Amino acid sequence: MAANPMYQFNVYRIGPEIKINNIDISFTNASLFMVISSLAILIIFNLGTKRSIIPNKIQLLAELSYSFISKMISDTAGSKAKPYFSFIFSLFMFVLFCNMFGMIPYSFTVTSHIIVTFVLAAFIFIGVTIIGFIKHGIGYLKLFVPSGVPMVLLPLIVVIEIISYLSRPISLSVRLFANMMAGHTMMKVFGGFVVSLGIVGGWLPLGFSVALTGLEILVAFLQAYVFAILTCIYLNDALNLHH
Amino acid sequence: MLKKIIFQFLALSLIFTYSAQSAESGGMPQLNPEFWISQIFWLVLTFGLLFIILSKFILPKISNNLETRKSQIVENIETADKQREETEKKVREFDKIINDTKVEAKNFFNSERQKVLDDVNNKKLSLEKDIEQEIIKAEKEIDQLKKTSQEKVTKIAIETSSDLIKQLIGEDINKSSLSAIVEDLSKKEMEKHNGI
Repeated sequence: MAANPMYQFNVYRIGPEIKINNIDISFTNASLFMVISSLAILIIFNLGTKRSIIPNKIQLLAELSYSFISKMISDTAGSKAKPYFSFIFSLFMFVLFCNMFGMIPYSFTVTSHIIVTFVLAAFIFIGVTIIGFIKHGIGYLKLFVPSGVPMVLLPLIVVIEIISYLSRPISLSVRLFANMMAGHTMMKVFGGFVVSLGIVGGWLPLGFSVALTGLEILVAFLQAYVFAILTCIYLNDALNLHH
Repeated sequence: MLKKIIFQFLALSLIFTYSAQSAESGGMPQLNPEFWISQIFWLVLTFGLLFIILSKFILPKISNNLETRKSQIVENIETADKQREETEKKVREFDKIINDTKVEAKNFFNSERQKVLDDVNNKKLSLEKDIEQEIIKAEKEIDQLKKTSQEKVTKIAIETSSDLIKQLIGEDINKSSLSAIVEDLSKKEMEKHNGI
């Protein structure tokens, strides 16, 4: 049963079944790891708020991540994106910690579920669209009409732009979900190879597994970064209409 | 390439496991909507709480810390600059004082030297004057002596010559004619001595 590489993505109930109006909102292993990730973020960053002029290690970590994300936002979306800093910071940290906790053996990867990433991406998409319409009114629709395009091509371009805009939440969510799922499945498959090939032939897949672990940690960070920076880019489109 | 192979393997294994465990689970658990609502609910809850706590309590503190550090660094640099300026000013003052003192010392030295020189000069002058007076006095005395000595010499010469003549001839000679001769001779002698 455990040899099934998809088994690790199973969601199961922990504790009693909770139902409100016949809707199941039971506490599951996914919920457990969401709570663990959030608590870890809160604990680490709360330890990093000490008021000392020369920071200790945790404070340095917190302040470095703060300036890292602050720089990322100002580089991609400019100074107008300052009010959305806390949201992007929380988003990046949440995705990063969920990815990283998923790297612990026998744990659960929250972001390997399409529904979680899709809800995040849809929230970002809706939020960015609302911000765009608030900032620019109906003029936000100019986003779909790039400047300097011949009139003949315009209908086609507008359709393509609209499709690409509407596919943003899907691409954003599927990118994260597929990366996490593929990586974890691959690791599970190689782990299965190690067990089935035994002491004689299992060394090669074991080496692969070790290398993949390193790669997956990189991917875990990279995907969180990509998720956050794409959010910044979408926000940039909504805040600074360049077309 | 590797991923492709893995995915093919995955698909195959999925098919096999699906046939083996068809009763238990169907393919990707991600597409099983049984716990979707629960996941959305817990995601909104945890992420919402995380966002609220981070943005209300933790991030302002961190940004505040960064700001205070930055402002403190700027402040320190400013005070350092101020102190450096002050130090430069003090150094300039110190240099000025040293220069003034040097000039003063030089002036003092010069004036003292001048004073000493003047003193020496004065003394020298007065000494010279004294010496000159002494010399004049001495010259006068000498002159007087010369005069008196000449008269005396003439007198003695007259006496001796009269005595000599008396002894030689044995009779007195008119003293006035003798003195005229002696005077004439001594004058000649003096002229010889003083003159040419």
